[in-house]
Amino acid sequence: MNKLDQLFSSRKKNILNIYCTAGYPTLESTSTVMLALQKSGADIIELGIPYSDPIADGPVIQQSNMHALQNGISIEKIFLQLNEIKDQLKVPVILMGYLNPVMQYGIEKFCEDAANAGVSGVILPDLPMYEYEHFYKALFEKFGLFVIFLISPQTSEDRIRKADKLSKGFIYAVSSSATTGKETDFPQQQAYFKKIKNMKLNNPVLIGFGIKDKTTFDMACKHASGAIIGSAYIKALENSKDIARSTASFIGDILNP
Amino acid sequence: MKKTISKIKNLSNPDKQGYYGDFGGAFIPEMLYPNVEELRSNYLKIIATKKFKSDFKALLADYVGRPTPLYFSKNLSAKYGAKIFLKREDLCHTGAHKINNTVGQVLVAQHLGKKRIIAETGAGQHGVATATVCALMGLECIVYMGEKDIERQAPNVARMKMLGATVVPATSGSKTLKDATNEAIRDWINHPDDTHYIIGSVVGPHPYPDMVARFQSVISKEIKKQLKKCTGKNLPTHVIACVGGGSNAAGAFYHFINEPKVKLISVEAAGCGINSGKSAATSQLGTPGILHGSKSLLMQTADGQVVEPHSISAGLDYPGIGPMHANLYKSGRAIFMSATDEEALAAAFELSKTEGIIPALETAHALVVLKDIPFKKTDSVVICLSGRGDKDLATYMDHL
Ligand SMILES: Cc1ncc(COP(=O)(O)O)c(C=O)c1O
Repeated sequence: MNKLDQLFSSRKKNILNIYCTAGYPTLESTSTVMLALQKSGADIIELGIPYSDPIADGPVIQQSNMHALQNGISIEKIFLQLNEIKDQLKVPVILMGYLNPVMQYGIEKFCEDAANAGVSGVILPDLPMYEYEHFYKALFEKFGLFVIFLISPQTSEDRIRKADKLSKGFIYAVSSSATTGKETDFPQQQAYFKKIKNMKLNNPVLIGFGIKDKTTFDMACKHASGAIIGSAYIKALENSKDIARSTASFIGDILNP
Repeated sequence: MKKTISKIKNLSNPDKQGYYGDFGGAFIPEMLYPNVEELRSNYLKIIATKKFKSDFKALLADYVGRPTPLYFSKNLSAKYGAKIFLKREDLCHTGAHKINNTVGQVLVAQHLGKKRIIAETGAGQHGVATATVCALMGLECIVYMGEKDIERQAPNVARMKMLGATVVPATSGSKTLKDATNEAIRDWINHPDDTHYIIGSVVGPHPYPDMVARFQSVISKEIKKQLKKCTGKNLPTHVIACVGGGSNAAGAFYHFINEPKVKLISVEAAGCGINSGKSAATSQLGTPGILHGSKSLLMQTADGQVVEPHSISAGLDYPGIGPMHANLYKSGRAIFMSATDEEALAAAFELSKTEGIIPALETAHALVVLKDIPFKKTDSVVICLSGRGDKDLATYMDHL
């Protein structure tokens, strides 16, 4: 059974998914960061594959991508790093990245290597549903990798249904029309969150973008099964002298202040 | 240089999904889907309306100053042994072909009820052309421009400001056109309702490459008519254009693409030399990849990271080409050549001194290849003189 299904069948509330950038802050820190996240109570780890041109990301994640690339990270190294700790990682791991590096690596090889490295799912924000459905779906399914699609406040009901049909594991509801790290005005998004709730989708919904602390996490959890935190955690790592401690205090502040 | 074309299909327009052969499509984050879909499902309808057609035609004629002349260049003809014509896009209002597209797109934006316009720019010509039509239509205009380009194309930055646009520096990556485009895309994600993104070349997600090519196609439409008057034939033997993203080339080629007798010659920027590590010759250095929403040829590392290109000309300093051009390259329909920084500079000085025309640095690349092509006396060669060189005077003065 896919670890994402295991997680959501045991718990449907307050799921905390934390994004980190592979190879950031240092090339070798990927495993330290991931193990610290798991130990501190993250339910899902979303591991970013750095890219030179991350168009859906705001400045904080852009910077972390650039640093990680300067550190020498690559998909190949990410899989090496994951393979070293896969037995210790109990929480589901999702890879988040842009399509071009994955295409150059080879989509089939990527799926195979990801599955072997214990990865449960992938988020490829610039892979359109149409391309996925017609060209790549069979490949991801062959290796048991869940693909998670994004929806935004502008997404029509028809398309939300389609994303629900194509997604496995969960649906990623972007909190507002924005790039990552932008503040979200939760009260203003009530109608959007209600709409999603009332649609009674097959997949659980996690809310991401603009979630940064306990207050915003709790607000997101009122409307969905949980939330995804990215930029705020990357910022916490930016000036960290001790990854384990910074991670424990970042997550502690959210889960049990 | 010679490849045979097995069969000429329609190479000038994409299929329903926006593909030119293997290249094109719309690889965009879901947050952009409604905007791009709104455009995709409306652009052909809008440009087919009577109102659009008459507005577009009138603005091109009275505001842009079309048709632009097709000038028979006696001196170049004598030098290179063919009948050489210059399609004078440099005489368009604002000084380059870019305004053909911005006039078309601003009208589309108005049909869609958009109030805020964003654009990316490299040389600043597209930024100026966008700021110009926004001033004309009373629309808010924000132009993203790489920090490095802001420095090397200062006159155009000043023009944009005078036209009332806000110029936002792009400070990431190579601080050039690629990064300005990233910032414009991010802006569009953050403004999903009221904003239209006027992309300045035949790049981006479908329908942009096709829409921009259609607006620029006026160039080849006029060439056909004008050439008939000059030579009695409406087909040239060669059409030559520089390729950054490829909009002036798309426009100059458009009505000749499905005429296999016409040789189409695309000139890319070789920078310091194709194998110098400082180049922007995408067809020679690129492999299939995805950038800015479409699949095309792309300069990238084996890991799929986009390589920072180099060209002395800001408008050609881009690591990709439009999907139409990737397909023209792959099918062998167009011949791809290149010109180095130095050759382009020399060609710019040559045209200035022999014809009294100071071309843009981008345009100068197209002139370079005249010396490399074996012409016959009877050949009629059209060069798309995409823009004028005022914006490049500082660079030219450094090399005087
Ligand atoms: C005068 C001129 N020619 C050519 C270009 C290159 O663009 P494209 O390849 O889209 O024609 C530019 C771009 O800035 C330009 O200003």
